[in-house]
Amino acid sequence: MDAIFDVRNLSVYYGDKIGIKDVSLQIYRNKVTAVIGPSGCGKSTFLRTLNRLVELVEGVRIEGRVLFDGKNIFDRDVDPVELRRRVGMVFQHPNPFPKSIFENVAYGPKIHGIKDREKLQEIVEDSLKKAALWDEVKDRLSESALGLSGGQQQRLCIARAIATNPEVILFDEPTSALDPIASSKIEELMIELKKRYTVIVVTHNIQQAARISDYTAFFWMGELVEYDRTEKIFEYPENELTERYITGRVG
Amino acid sequence: MKTENISDWLFMMLTFLATVFGIVLLSALLVMTFYEAAGWLDIQFLTSPPSRFPEKAGIYPPLLGSIMMIALVGIFSVPVGVGAAIFLEEYGSGKKITKIIEINISNLAAVPSIVYGILGLGLFVSTMHLKPGIVLVGSLTLTLLILPIVIVASQEAIRSVPGGLREASIGLGATKWQTIRNVVLPSSIPGILTGVILALSRAIGETAPLIMIGAATTIFTAPKDIFSPFSALPMQIFMWTDMPKEEFLYGLAPAGIVVLLAIMLSMNAIAIVLRNHYRKKLRW
Amino acid sequence: MDRLSKMKERIIVLFLALCAVMTLFVTVSIIAILLGESLLFFSKVSPVEFFTGTRWTPTIKPYSFGVLPLVIGTLMITIGAGLIAIPAGILSAIYLSEYASERTRNVLKPMLEILAGIPTVVYGFFAFAYITPYLKKIFPDMQAYNALSASIVVGIMIIPIVASISEDAIRAVPRSLREAGYALGARKPRVILTIVIPSALSGIVASFILGISRAVGETMAVTIAAGRTPRLANILNPDDWMKSIETMTAAMVEIGMSDVSGQSVAYKSLFAIGLTLFAMTFALNTVSYIVKMRFREVYR
Repeated sequence: MDAIFDVRNLSVYYGDKIGIKDVSLQIYRNKVTAVIGPSGCGKSTFLRTLNRLVELVEGVRIEGRVLFDGKNIFDRDVDPVELRRRVGMVFQHPNPFPKSIFENVAYGPKIHGIKDREKLQEIVEDSLKKAALWDEVKDRLSESALGLSGGQQQRLCIARAIATNPEVILFDEPTSALDPIASSKIEELMIELKKRYTVIVVTHNIQQAARISDYTAFFWMGELVEYDRTEKIFEYPENELTERYITGRVG
Repeated sequence: MKTENISDWLFMMLTFLATVFGIVLLSALLVMTFYEAAGWLDIQFLTSPPSRFPEKAGIYPPLLGSIMMIALVGIFSVPVGVGAAIFLEEYGSGKKITKIIEINISNLAAVPSIVYGILGLGLFVSTMHLKPGIVLVGSLTLTLLILPIVIVASQEAIRSVPGGLREASIGLGATKWQTIRNVVLPSSIPGILTGVILALSRAIGETAPLIMIGAATTIFTAPKDIFSPFSALPMQIFMWTDMPKEEFLYGLAPAGIVVLLAIMLSMNAIAIVLRNHYRKKLRW
Repeated sequence: MDRLSKMKERIIVLFLALCAVMTLFVTVSIIAILLGESLLFFSKVSPVEFFTGTRWTPTIKPYSFGVLPLVIGTLMITIGAGLIAIPAGILSAIYLSEYASERTRNVLKPMLEILAGIPTVVYGFFAFAYITPYLKKIFPDMQAYNALSASIVVGIMIIPIVASISEDAIRAVPRSLREAGYALGARKPRVILTIVIPSALSGIVASFILGISRAVGETMAVTIAAGRTPRLANILNPDDWMKSIETMTAAMVEIGMSDVSGQSVAYKSLFAIGLTLFAMTFALNTVSYIVKMRFREVYR
């Protein structure tokens, strides 16, 4: 199968604290991969390593390799800016910029050099459609994004991530701040998105992982305990810890 | 990629240079001032009255004037400032009047100091018929000027006393005032003192209000009591920068500035030492 | 509790309340005195003449009480100081909040605060004794008293105000907004300039206004360095920056130091300028407060 990310012996340290330890796995193209585990297990650190956002933390140290399309993202000649264009991200809390809806979506394309107004409009419309938000906002693109509901804001953030035309979209607990109805919309959207993109989603919600993902990785105290097809993980987990976690006995 | 990294770095350097720009410039100016003051600062300078002849001129009367005035400002502002802070924190919380007074205090803190000078002139000289330019009027005027700072600092100090201590005292049957006097005030005194000293060190550098209340620009004898006319250090420095002879501008004025800054610096040092000393002793 | 100690307790509370209420009395006194004496002044000099007159000669015959030259003087200092303090203040705020390590910040911030703690008379001395002679090497036509060097020192002394309030506003911008910018592939300067600064804008604007308000009321530095020449200067003409001017505050000092009698119109004019000054700074502080409150509402 076609792996887009090939993670090899990846360790991340914050000062002398361990973020994740010796993780190796492959993320497959056009699949939804869920990363689960209790708080502080390193799942978020893992996600943020894939677009090198983890480097913004002071005193962070990274060992090992992450091959993206066969190229180690930590090589000296890799520009994190280009990497982040190709690997988009959606965050735990909806975080639209205090700008108009249009400007939010156009932000990424603009910084990557697209200036033509028509082209931008095209991208914005296309991205909002892919994020299933277009019909709700098409008449008020110039209004502030802060006026949208939480669920709409989160879909706007997805549109914003789509607009740079990435290959991968990382979701960091994207529904934890939303109500159930808004959450289910986002879940549908993630399944829809895997047709065009590779989706990696960190989630607290075990049921969510079961519902939407093709593959599931279970992290525990910074280590990757088990990684397999989602049905396999949920039906015949190999590791006892995994079983106890997904049945809600630990975590 | 390389060029973009350079522009990132240039932007950071720009922000860094902007941060140190004022600091570096001020340091350079201070070094020049100290250098020029060096030849003039001696015992004779500290103990002589001003004079037309630069080599005989000294700073004794305004120095004493400043010290007397500041002592008096401290005596006036502490009871009123601390009293107001106690009321606002312990008796008035949640009341509408407290809110009004607090907004009013923050407004007062932003009133230009020269306006306080006019206030002193109108209130103490015209209305209360005190003589203009005496130590008492100067002190009262500067008391009003620093009152907002003293109140806010005292409020913060009182607020930082843990509520548990108050409850413990009330629980032992103490009245509210007994609790304040025996528990709250002793624990907040270091904070209050620090705030008061910092406020006084601001007051000692003030010139404009003193001009407005008619403090003397040049005076040859030190004030005898609080009803004597007086001058203050910054007033004297102002006069020396205004004199035609070079020696005043590039000799006596720098020397006066060094004395003024030395006093302010020692007050700040005392405040810091006090705070650190008590912080070690009283740990919650 | 016996009646005597109850009584004592009441008296103490009354005293404390009086202390607090005294601050209201101060404000009322300021307004009453400024208004009362100004009314006397305006009974001699019409407000129209005062606010639109272009000559200020309160102690030289023919007496004239046009405040415009003084307002222009104050405006020059304010603009000049703003041109220095606003960019320097906001860049400092960016450095302190986005780049400096905790240790560097703990060293630089108190040093920056010192700039605001130096007595203004000392700044006046710096400008007159050192900065003007230095500038004179660049601009030979420069007068000993001039608006430029006064603006420079006033600008320096208000940098900490702009910097510290802007920094608070910048720090209040949620971290997740910055991360969203980075995740879209923006570089640090761009994240700062297109996301962080716009998000903190009202706090930053509030800091500008507060700094400007300080510059308007600043007295000794401008009296010493800019001189006492009431003049209807042209703010856009660089030559006018090389010459002596007079600000509202400097005019007050000048009258305060002269031996005019308490009954003269010149003496009363002191209060009319004071009232104008008070109104200007009060308005600026209020606007700054309102802008800042608006910014607090955006993120919660």
